[in-house]
Amino acid sequence: MKKLLEGSQAVAEAVRLCRPQVVAAYPITPQTHIIERLAQHVADGELEAEFINAESEFGAASLVLGAVVGGTRAFTATASQGLLLMTEVLYNIAGMRLPVVMVCANRAIGAPINIFSDHQDSMALRDAGWIQLYVESNQEAVDSVIQAYRIAEACELPVMLCMDGFFLTHTFEPVELPTQTAVDEYLPAFHFDRTLDPGQPMTLGGGSEPDNYQEFRMAQHDAMENAVTVVEAFDTSFGEQFGRVYNGLVQAYRLEGAQTVLLGLGSLMGAVRDVVDKLRDQGQLVGALRLRCFRPFPAQTLVQQLGVTQRIIVLEKAFSAGAGGIVATELRAALQQAGMTTAVESVIGGLGGRDLTPEVIEAIFHGAQLDDNGASCRFVPHEYNPVE
Amino acid sequence: MILTDRQVTMSPCFHEIRFHGRGGQGAVSAAALLALAAFNEGFESQAFPKFGSERRGAPVEAYVRISSTVIRGHNQVYAPDAVVIQDVSLLRSKALLQGLKNEGLIVLNSEQQEADFNKGRNGSRWICLPGNRIGQNFLGRPLPNTALLGALAAGTGWVNLPALEQAVESHLVRKGEEMVKANIEALREGYRFVSQGEGVVS
Repeated sequence: MKKLLEGSQAVAEAVRLCRPQVVAAYPITPQTHIIERLAQHVADGELEAEFINAESEFGAASLVLGAVVGGTRAFTATASQGLLLMTEVLYNIAGMRLPVVMVCANRAIGAPINIFSDHQDSMALRDAGWIQLYVESNQEAVDSVIQAYRIAEACELPVMLCMDGFFLTHTFEPVELPTQTAVDEYLPAFHFDRTLDPGQPMTLGGGSEPDNYQEFRMAQHDAMENAVTVVEAFDTSFGEQFGRVYNGLVQAYRLEGAQTVLLGLGSLMGAVRDVVDKLRDQGQLVGALRLRCFRPFPAQTLVQQLGVTQRIIVLEKAFSAGAGGIVATELRAALQQAGMTTAVESVIGGLGGRDLTPEVIEAIFHGAQLDDNGASCRFVPHEYNPVE
Repeated sequence: MILTDRQVTMSPCFHEIRFHGRGGQGAVSAAALLALAAFNEGFESQAFPKFGSERRGAPVEAYVRISSTVIRGHNQVYAPDAVVIQDVSLLRSKALLQGLKNEGLIVLNSEQQEADFNKGRNGSRWICLPGNRIGQNFLGRPLPNTALLGALAAGTGWVNLPALEQAVESHLVRKGEEMVKANIEALREGYRFVSQGEGVVS
């Protein structure tokens, strides 16, 4: 049965259904209602878990690291500066190949101080070795939390589930919550082969010399590349059991015969699909492609989907200062690798919570005059700000 | 009638509502309650806030969409069919009626009928409701929230009173039975006020 739930609350319910035994978080703004709700569940006896208020985000990440090597399923959530403060530990979690699941409620990073949504926080962690999934709706957030544990535990890789702050976390919308029985069927009880045991001592994340460090990192890269098929497979099996699929890596919308395709991530893609419908009704051959899995980067799938497209626009809520759009740059490399010469227009917008309205998206489709900061990327100009 | 199962068919509709309040007045809760009531009636609905500074007294906006079809977008509301203003002093500082559709509805928390505000508006209707007084009477505090929702429901017919009552019951359950009862009384008073033609300025 569907319920009208706030995004954070819906995600907390999904986490509860996954039966984590340790939830650790640092209770500061920006923290999410996800953690608030989970704390309530633990206090009410609805979730048998240890809830730990950490002394910092660094501490929260360290606690979930320890919880997993201790043999328990763990969860944490954070955003923005909190994610950045976790950085060192997040690399360690990935390097130790620990199946941690975290939700990042995507928010801008300072300076200047801004609490609103964009993707600069999680994008800054793109090289940390975490699988990154970006969701469009709260239903997808719920379903993807459950998938994330399945993926993480199958690959021994951590998963960062990225959901837009406010646009999703604070939005009440209809969500179907799976039953406990169904989730238990999909997600086996937690098992971690390398659980630390004083009876059989071993070291995780110990020292490594120049003659083998690179091999550890190569193994990590291989695991990430292999995760492409795992992300797809567990989305498919989820669909078979629950009746909802997200096409694993990328979600195509009206690509048949599309000459212009807009690629983007996260909640903005709902409005993009509305705009695609409107332009299609006017006879314009446009489509949309949503990048759901950003890490590992599904280069092959993107090339397949965009093979015959004449004009590709990448609209991103993050960029690399001095280099331009992040996804656009990676897509250009993927196309070039495949011998394709299609130009990729890199458009940056929606930073610090600025709304990308259907009007702005339509203007981007129509090749609006955007701020030109050189060839690397263009920014949605200030005059496109929604009137409030 | 409140439908327990999701309604299968309904006549097409799409309403957007914008709430303006001050931190602590419950604009965010009001939006959630309205969306919940619409959802209880079988509509697709969505509610979310836009915070400025997260502190008591600072201006807050919240948005609601009610639709007969699935809502995919997550944008703010720029062209509302109705605006609910929880604090009359906000009218001085911001263009609260920005984007309001022609013949839109404004529900204002005010003791006085502020007919002057209607100048230059194309066919919009005003409902001026003494929400603080109703809140004081039933909740013991000048909270206009649920009374304004009752007025909006009576003024538009977009959601019905039992659905709103059900929403208050489920959403405020943790606040205790007394709070739920008092809010339902305030809701009914707001609804009664408008359905008897009080406070309406065309």
